[in-house]
Amino acid sequence: MAVRRAKVKSMGAAQDPALGTAMFAPAALYILLLIGVPFFLAMYYAFSDARIGNTDLHFVGLENFRSILQSPSFRSAVKNSIVFTLASQIIVIICSTILSTALENKFRGRGVIRYLILLPWVAPIALGAIAWKWILDSIYSVITWVLVWLHIFKPYGAPMWLGEPHLAMASVILVHCWRLIPFSTVIMLAGQTAIPREIPEAAAIDGAGFWRTLFQIKIPMMTSIISVAVLFGTIFTFTDMTVVYILTAGGPYDSTQTLPSLAFATGIQGSDLAAGAAISLFLVPVLVVIAYLMLRVAHRAEAT
Amino acid sequence: MAKKRLRKFSASVLHWFVLVFFTVLLAFPFYWMVITAFKQNLDLYTVENNPFIFNAKPTLEHLRLLLYDTRYVRWLGNTVFVGVLVVFITLLLAVPAAYALARLTGRWGQRLGIGIFLTYLVPPTLLFIPLSRVVSTLGLQDTLWSLVLVYPSFTVPFSIWLLMGFFKAIPKELEDAAMVDGLTRFGAFVKMVIPISVSGILTVVIFTFTLVTQEFVYALTFISSESNQMVGVGIPIFLVRGDVYFWGSLMAACLITSLPIALLYNIFLDRFIAGFTVGAVK
Repeated sequence: MAVRRAKVKSMGAAQDPALGTAMFAPAALYILLLIGVPFFLAMYYAFSDARIGNTDLHFVGLENFRSILQSPSFRSAVKNSIVFTLASQIIVIICSTILSTALENKFRGRGVIRYLILLPWVAPIALGAIAWKWILDSIYSVITWVLVWLHIFKPYGAPMWLGEPHLAMASVILVHCWRLIPFSTVIMLAGQTAIPREIPEAAAIDGAGFWRTLFQIKIPMMTSIISVAVLFGTIFTFTDMTVVYILTAGGPYDSTQTLPSLAFATGIQGSDLAAGAAISLFLVPVLVVIAYLMLRVAHRAEAT
Repeated sequence: MAKKRLRKFSASVLHWFVLVFFTVLLAFPFYWMVITAFKQNLDLYTVENNPFIFNAKPTLEHLRLLLYDTRYVRWLGNTVFVGVLVVFITLLLAVPAAYALARLTGRWGQRLGIGIFLTYLVPPTLLFIPLSRVVSTLGLQDTLWSLVLVYPSFTVPFSIWLLMGFFKAIPKELEDAAMVDGLTRFGAFVKMVIPISVSGILTVVIFTFTLVTQEFVYALTFISSESNQMVGVGIPIFLVRGDVYFWGSLMAACLITSLPIALLYNIFLDRFIAGFTVGAVK
């Protein structure tokens, strides 16, 4: 028996690096070829004159960046990307804190409510966005109908939700929030279940009310989970082009253009791959910061 | 006592108000799909009609139009075709890689795992421009194969991450015992580890498939002809003729595509969330 156990131990310790490498290498190679290589190609194109339908490339230095930085479309895209991301994250965090608190305890019908609440996140976003386009239609919008019915607007007097710059921006933010609230709510629910029940109970015995427990105990204990929700939410909003593309295609007058949608309009629809690649590179600084913060969150959770 | 009861009552009212408010807000577009999909056009496009109810008899005309006069069924088929192949490639790449990482102890295993996770954060909107050129160089533009090639780039990293957590929970003694019985390490992996990981693998299958149906940017960029579309692009872009939207058929398509995907995703949701929150929840 002793011999046998010794043998097992030596096998476990052997760890077979050759096999490990052979099992890991295909995936690593795939990721390298389809994420790593295109990433460097994007940088390379940004300094070239690559166009769709033209196979030879020339190095043009900072020419693309110079022309991008001068274009008003780009400036509004940067501004909009930041505004959309910040505004939707603030709204999402507030709403999902409220919603996850309401969903925390078991009650009858919780399963059904959870399914309904999750729909915006789990259904394909392109389809959700087109449903919103119909809800916000210029003539047949249900919102307009309700406002006319309430006599807030005269018939045909209501604004076109997607046709006026500020309303279009608000609509894009609304749809981003609509999609992300469920995601961030379930993340927070996972975080709440991780808080030991005794702590809020002890606080209640010591006389802390609902709000004090929420703000002084639960939310501070959930900072790392809230940051996970915010970091993922930021990436999903900042790098998304589906919502904008379907709702407004960047219009009216570039008022809802974001970096990804402008990169698509320039690089693919406008055939100017180089300029499109240069625009999309402006996503990178934000991604780097997010990745760094994520590592910190993971690290802190590991240390404690 | 009365005061306490009043407080409890108002708390419960607030609780239900919050739930009803958010449920209505979040689920409303899906209710709207149902209403729109079965309304007659005359009812749909009369501004004075109350839009919340059927003012005329419900109709199946939009559904019929969708199934027989558009390419919707074809798009569904395309999506399933790409989905199945991508699931297959993802499993082939991610399962062994996740196992290797899970059993690779020490700093390197951890670092590689986190490195893989970080590649999941690189968005399609950063890569679609160079990839469009790669795809056309390979002669794959406007074919479903371009998507089969590119989609694993975002399904593999997250699947590795999910499976890693899963494999780590399997006690090492299990493989050691199998190896004592004469299996090689790889044999132990195939005959012992994979069979007891079926639920983890199933999670990856569902996750990969739903990601494929949800993807938009690559499909929009690489595929140009109507008959090669995936549902996610075909419905919002190609069900529009000129400037005319067929809202009834559009919403019918959204509805019958979204609900099954949502149902599947919902069943496995807790596992996906565990993948997102690894590290932050202990």
